[in-house]
Amino acid sequence: MNATTVDQKTNVWEGGATRPLGASYGKMMMWFFILSDALTFAGFLAAYGFTRYKFIDIWPIADEVFTHFPFFHGNYPMYYVALMTFILIFSSVTMVLAVDAGHQMKKNKVITYMFLTIIGGLVFVGSQAWEWKNFINGEFGAVQLKDGKIIQFVNPEGKQIALEDFATPDNQTVEHTRKNGLWFEKGETTYEYTTNGLIEAFKHNPEVGGIRLEKLNPETKQKVVILDKNEALKFLEQSTRVVRGANLEVNEYGSSQFADFFFFITGFHGFHVCSGIALNIIIFINVLVGTYERRGHYEMVEKVGLYWHFVDLVWVFVFTFFYLV
Amino acid sequence: MAQQESNTKLIWTVFGYLSAITIVEVALGIWKPHGLHYTNFLGTSLLNWIFIILTLVKAAGIMWYFMHMNHERKNFVNSIIIPLVILIPYLVTLLLIEGSYVHDSIAPFVNWKY
Repeated sequence: MNATTVDQKTNVWEGGATRPLGASYGKMMMWFFILSDALTFAGFLAAYGFTRYKFIDIWPIADEVFTHFPFFHGNYPMYYVALMTFILIFSSVTMVLAVDAGHQMKKNKVITYMFLTIIGGLVFVGSQAWEWKNFINGEFGAVQLKDGKIIQFVNPEGKQIALEDFATPDNQTVEHTRKNGLWFEKGETTYEYTTNGLIEAFKHNPEVGGIRLEKLNPETKQKVVILDKNEALKFLEQSTRVVRGANLEVNEYGSSQFADFFFFITGFHGFHVCSGIALNIIIFINVLVGTYERRGHYEMVEKVGLYWHFVDLVWVFVFTFFYLV
Repeated sequence: MAQQESNTKLIWTVFGYLSAITIVEVALGIWKPHGLHYTNFLGTSLLNWIFIILTLVKAAGIMWYFMHMNHERKNFVNSIIIPLVILIPYLVTLLLIEGSYVHDSIAPFVNWKY
């Protein structure tokens, strides 16, 4: 072989003279990064699976948690997250179209498709934020017992109702803020309802018919409902605080671990989407100023495309294990 | 790099299949057929197994066509795929079995009567 030193140096970055794997150095390393990241996500989802099996009889039902759709009131499980999945798959398609156009050195097409990909990513992150907002704000409200169990309220037909459907706000505590409390540092979140007020309303208001436990009936795969008020009061007398929405400590839907894993895994995925958008924007600008036109190939678009498809790939699994299974 | 022929048609076909699989998944998730939902096969319902299999098909479609694994050399593809198919099922199987065991150990001690 009579190759010059310069050629050999460039060859190293192209995978060496023999190119045992037939891929350039950069693309190969992107694949191995994706491999390690896939194992990370697999670890998270496996931990989610472990915890879910550990609390298999008290795990919240996803269909009852994620029921919102923009501009529509009512109960629409699954539709919104299905839409998000489509948005991400579609932005994957525009990405692969950009890579395809890059192979044919069609700069303008690459610009169009990269732009659409970035827009798709931004729409997805925005949708994710909306989903988080609904999850954090909650819908029905619940009370937590001293031993940590979550109790929800149902009407006499056994359908879940919100706190405001049967109780009137009775918590007059003024929440201090930095504006009116001189020495105010921070305090517990206060709610409009107190547990005593809720118990009184529960005793006297015919609108509320009973309570719903976290526990699932293995036969029906639905939560156990107690419509006997005296029986239900024995639970409510143990209540210690009112819960509305979700945070890392407690949530109105049931096991606190459910919210922890939801925030952590979708948050980590959302972080990947954000960094993917940032990378896409950098490459987009490079395409605009003609860096790859001068370089003679659009392999950078392909590499960042690999990462973007991986983000889509992870979402496919998050979608399955958080919303479907 | 030499100009390659355009694969636009293939890309849209794959998109069609991925969308169809997603629609089937969502439809099954809303409908929850009784005969599939209330069954138990290897630790979960048949419906869940359908979801998992459809998801793996989707993932394979994305890797193979969108991430252009079909253009890579076979030993490179193997160096990516083999660690995944060995390590992930191994970890998941162990953790799910242990999770069930922990549940069986602690659940009888949770009090549901007051």
